[in-house]
Parts: sequence; structure tokens; C-alpha cells
Amino acid sequence: MPEILDQARTRVLENGVGLDEAGILAVLNLPDEHLPAALQLAHEVRMRWCGPEVEVEGIVSLKTGGCPEDCHFCSQSGLFTSPVRSVWLDIPALVEAAKQTAATGASEFCIVAAVRGPDARLMKQMRDGVAAIREAVDIQVAASLGMLTQEQVDELVEMGVHRYNHNLETCRSYFPNVVTTHSWEERWETLRMVRESGMEVCCGGILGLGETVEQRAEFAAQLAELDPHEVPLNFLNPRPGTPLGDRPVVEGKDALRAIAAFRLAMPRTILRYAGGRELTLGDLGTRDGLLGGINAVIVGNYLTTLGRPATDDLKLLTELKMPVKALSATL
Amino acid sequence: MSELTRPVAPAGGAGPTGRVVAADGAAAVARWCDRCGGSVADGAHAACAAARSLEPPRWCATCRRRMKVQVVPAGWSAVCVEHGERRG
Repeated sequence: MPEILDQARTRVLENGVGLDEAGILAVLNLPDEHLPAALQLAHEVRMRWCGPEVEVEGIVSLKTGGCPEDCHFCSQSGLFTSPVRSVWLDIPALVEAAKQTAATGASEFCIVAAVRGPDARLMKQMRDGVAAIREAVDIQVAASLGMLTQEQVDELVEMGVHRYNHNLETCRSYFPNVVTTHSWEERWETLRMVRESGMEVCCGGILGLGETVEQRAEFAAQLAELDPHEVPLNFLNPRPGTPLGDRPVVEGKDALRAIAAFRLAMPRTILRYAGGRELTLGDLGTRDGLLGGINAVIVGNYLTTLGRPATDDLKLLTELKMPVKALSATL
Repeated sequence: MSELTRPVAPAGGAGPTGRVVAADGAAAVARWCDRCGGSVADGAHAACAAARSLEPPRWCATCRRRMKVQVVPAGWSAVCVEHGERRG
């Protein structure tokens, strides 16, 4: 057994204290033959500190495309030659999407907009949309609308939005290679305001943007410092027309190593499968991740790309004897 | 019946090199790849066809206009201003 896994067994599994950056890096550098042991330990940590339940979420894009920012992975930036056109979802369709999500047993529905930050039109659409969903659907509403002002944070709390997603995307040292139109620190400031508001903080990122293994460890350590309620873990799905459109997808074993490492860095967080797992991990790898630290999934489609049918994921959870977290448990 | 009011292809749609079926039942050969917008005459677009299992169409296969695409948790819709809506 590698020394780092022995140390993690005591520090993380027994004491509930996440690995530091050096420890995370050691897990990310484990040779393939020790990956099963790392995943097994991460799974034990997840079961000990989070339990067997899996939080299921659906997401939808309220405002697609035409974003003024230049996040190099994103097909919704208006600065690239991506074929994604700008489109708005109307309120009836938004409510229908929430119903589709609730029908899967999901407890979370996240409304996302491709913007730098919300303007008055988007905040009104949110206000109307969240009210319509709360009237018609029994589900928790989360939001992801970019960078916020304090007034907007307060408005979202007033609407009843219980969790806010704002990904740091990658580590601080690599962020300028991925986004030039705003800074990592600006994102951190929104996260600070969200936390102080009482909303749950959801913050993760994307692996495979060209960061080094050391930077991947740096990112996990920075997320651990933030201590978010939820960490969505995406794997780059290279989008045509974006600056990262020709990058290779993350190798499956590297993705699994990252899942184990992120869990060992954050023993109590909700660690969610988000975009790209279908490409990077496939069906078998998805299963391995759920047995290696993951305890939440986005089911169904993503914002501009498609996912596995929700029924496939729910069937897998049943096979793994992992109950879907009930809505009542999230209230 | 207007061609703009009903899907012109079933779920999964006419692939990059498939046929497009209009609402009135008339079939038309797809001239453009609905993933990359390239001419289907230029090749098989095998990589596009594979990618389309996890992507909605972006280009109208009939006229190569970029479509307005909305993805929702359990499906998608793609609208060409000239050739109507497809759903999947």
C-alpha cells in the first residue's frame, strides 16, 4: 500500500480531515496498479462522512449563447466561431424542464444562464421562473448566473434559490490561460458573497483544460479551502469552434485518480459528476467513479450537449444499492 | 400544413449524411452535415455522426443555416427559420 493511502486512511477516513495539496498530488501521481486501492479508500471516505445516498440534479439553460466572456472551453461564448446561437427559454418550458427533472426523483434543479452576470431582464426571468417552478413542482431550485452584485445575491435569496453555482473552473495559477475577460479573484468574490448570504455554495470546475497534474492538485486544495457544499466535477468535452476544441479528452484512469483525490481532499462535500463523463469514462468508468468517491450526479442532458438517459443512471444507482437522496433530506 | 410546425426528423434526426423528412412527408436528401455544417459531398462525416449521439444538431441539413437549439433535461429542439423545427 502506498504511504499516501496509509496516511489518508488515518487523516481522512478516521479523522475527517482532507488531504493537503502535497497529499492530493501524491494521489494524482499514483501508478495505475494502486488506483483501485485509492478508489476503494475514497469510497470508504464518502460512505463514512456522507453516507450512501446520491444527490440527483437536473440542469437547464435559461439563456443560451451570446456570452461576452471568453472562457476557452465554452461553446456559448459570443467571441468564438461556435455554432451555438443565442436562445432564451420561456417560463412554461422552464417549468416543464423542472417537472421532467423532478420525475427522475431528483431533488435539485439548477437554472443556468450564459452571461458575465445577470442584467435586469435575466433577474426578472429568474424571479418569474422560480416562482412558477415553486408553485408547480416539488424540487429545490439552484441557480448559476455568473458573477453577482450584493443586491443580486440578496434578490436570489429572497426568491428562494437555495444553492448558487459559480465554478472557479481551474486553479488560480492556470485560470489566466483559460479566461482573460475576468479574473479568478472576481469569481472568488461572488462565492464569498453567496456564502455570507446563507445560500449553499456550489463550486467546481473542469479537468483537462491543459493544466498540469500539479495544477490539478492546486485546484483541489483551493476548492477545499473554499469548502463548498457541492463540487461539480466536469471533464473537458472539446467543443468545435472554441480555443480548446482540439484538446484531447481526459484519459479515464486520470479522471478516476482525480475523483479519488478530490474526495480525499474534501471528505464531506457533495462531489458531483457533471459534464464530460460520458466521453471520458463511459458506462464502466461512471460506475467506477460512483464506487470511488462520487456521491451526486447530473442526470439527463446538459446545457448544450446531451447526457445519458436519466433511466440509465437511476438503474445503475439501484444496482449499486445507492439510494437517491430524497427531497425531504435536503430541506 | 406548414413545414414550420412539426419536426422534420425523428429523435436522433437525420444524421450528418441522412435524409430529412419534411412535415408533409416529402423526403429531401441532406446536403449539409447537421453537426459541422460541412458539405456531405465532401466525405462521410463519421466523426460528426459519432459525436451526434451526445449532441443536438446545430446546422440545418437542408440549407446550412445555423439553427436555434434549446437543450432541456429530457430532449432538445432545433429550429431553422426556413425549414422548421426538429425535436429529439
